[in-house]
Amino acid sequence: MNTVGGRKRRTSVLLLSAALLFVLFFVSLTFGRYSVPLSGVAKILWHRLWTLTGLDRVLPMTVSWTEAMEKTVISIRLPRILTACLVGCSLSAAGAVFQGVFRNPMASPDILGASSGAAFGAALAILLGVSTQFITIFAFISSILTVALVFLIAQRAPGQRTVNLILAGIMVGSLFSAGTSYLKLVADPGNQLPAITYWLMGSLSGVRLSSILPVAIPMAAGIVPLLLLRWRLNLLSLGESEARALGVNTDLLRAVLILCATLITAASISVSGVIGWVGLVIPHLCRKLIGSDNRGLLPCSMLVGASFLLLVDDVSRNLLATEIPIGILTAVIGAPFFIWLLLRKEKTL
Amino acid sequence: MTLSVRNLTFAYRKTPVLTDVSFNAAPGELLAILGPNGVGKTTLFRCILGEQKRYLGTIAVDGENMRGFSARETAHRIAYIPQTHAMTFRFSVRDTVLMGTTHMLSTTASPGRTQERIAEEALEKLGILHLKDRSFDTLSGGEQQLTYVARALAQQAKILLMDEPTSSLDYGNQLKVLSVVKGLAAEGYTVLLSTHNPQHALRYADRVLALLDGRVSAFGPAKEVLTPALLESLYGTRAELYDTPGGPVILPAADQTKERAKQP
Repeated sequence: MNTVGGRKRRTSVLLLSAALLFVLFFVSLTFGRYSVPLSGVAKILWHRLWTLTGLDRVLPMTVSWTEAMEKTVISIRLPRILTACLVGCSLSAAGAVFQGVFRNPMASPDILGASSGAAFGAALAILLGVSTQFITIFAFISSILTVALVFLIAQRAPGQRTVNLILAGIMVGSLFSAGTSYLKLVADPGNQLPAITYWLMGSLSGVRLSSILPVAIPMAAGIVPLLLLRWRLNLLSLGESEARALGVNTDLLRAVLILCATLITAASISVSGVIGWVGLVIPHLCRKLIGSDNRGLLPCSMLVGASFLLLVDDVSRNLLATEIPIGILTAVIGAPFFIWLLLRKEKTL
Repeated sequence: MTLSVRNLTFAYRKTPVLTDVSFNAAPGELLAILGPNGVGKTTLFRCILGEQKRYLGTIAVDGENMRGFSARETAHRIAYIPQTHAMTFRFSVRDTVLMGTTHMLSTTASPGRTQERIAEEALEKLGILHLKDRSFDTLSGGEQQLTYVARALAQQAKILLMDEPTSSLDYGNQLKVLSVVKGLAAEGYTVLLSTHNPQHALRYADRVLALLDGRVSAFGPAKEVLTPALLESLYGTRAELYDTPGGPVILPAADQTKERAKQP
């Protein structure tokens, strides 16, 4: 009966997190300067779906909303909300994976230099004056290459692989941060420098519906294997020798996990800029909710991470007349929250 | 399953850690491995588990050479029971034991009802089923060690490798764990156990492998091999053997205790 108990709790926490995300998703579509009621949002979305199925030719829906409402919901809010969910989900998943792989609850998605690399790539792209799309592509490729470099260095160094990875990540990360600082120095202070600075603070503004698919594909490509390997991630967190003795090919598993986590981190950062804290705080919070078993922890982190970033982005675009960069807000909300988590008395499983 | 090690030589750099080590362990047998700190006991385990493969010689299970085995194939045959240690993350006892079943699953699968039943049976067998929902880190040292033994049973491998299982346990738990292990050997498991306590070897082991400077210094039935001379050569301190109605007892040599007592 207790066997089911563990599983029951896991299922109920996951269902609750999913329900929270679902509600938040629809409520967020109503937020904004141009007010659209919840019923309007529901009708507009339903109309879209209905049209997609082709049934509207047989049973046409009566349009009870203005065109401005539809444009606001579909072209402005929906892409942004979807992106916030995807980024929050990916960063939290990557955080949980890196914490397991490095057996370190303080690991975050940028531990192997993914953020520093992306920042450098984005700054370089802004300096070269390419279009927004190319800034995203530059950031993505630069982020992947940085982690690949870190991985190669760690592979060649003697000694403990995970320690090497962390050390190489710090070194290469600081190298690229220095590079970014230099690019800021030589950037045109009139337009390029503010653009770089703004990108580094992270923002989801200006996301189009068409720009979602290119980031959703690498995210899905990374998240699916991570979900499939989540039980084995538990074993890896026991350490090299024990995991091996239990029948796990540790070198291969670690490489695949790092590759997938890097893919989704790079895809996130390339579209949102540098957003810290989410990948560190959310897995921590979820560990308190559902335990350390990644069978529950990984999906829970993804759902809660999506809700969290969505909520923060709602605040970011609605609190003040001018938008507050989301990277600043996650830190402002994340840091006190983390302190609260630390101070809270621990409960057992 | 019979584990046989033939002419095993291994070096991390140039100086060999293990030189020409040969022994075997048969089903139903508890083999104690003795030797001073740093003698290569852990390295020997690493070679047997396939973590280190750059050794000379042969390690075989039932005549099958293990050198080409994958981690999964090794886990099928040999279970490793580590010393109790702190875990980074908190897993429940059930999940910890469940991890033993991983090698039976395909790479992308998570354990299901079949594996959960195997895990519960293992816990039941060791009499710790009531602990299954506890968090591993809230257990006592003895309970943690028994959980690791349960994990090894859930692994369903017939050779058990134990690295100093009693090192951080109190007296009562030491004896409890050892008698559980002895019982498993009697059931047909092949048990290899490294220990720092010659008395434990004398009381529980069928045979003893004594290592000194990476070489086999003695290998044979516990009661024949464990002599005061061997202990002195291994540990550099004199001990005496007494026959008591309850079996042989190893005690520190009397004059030595006096000498120590005299020192300020």
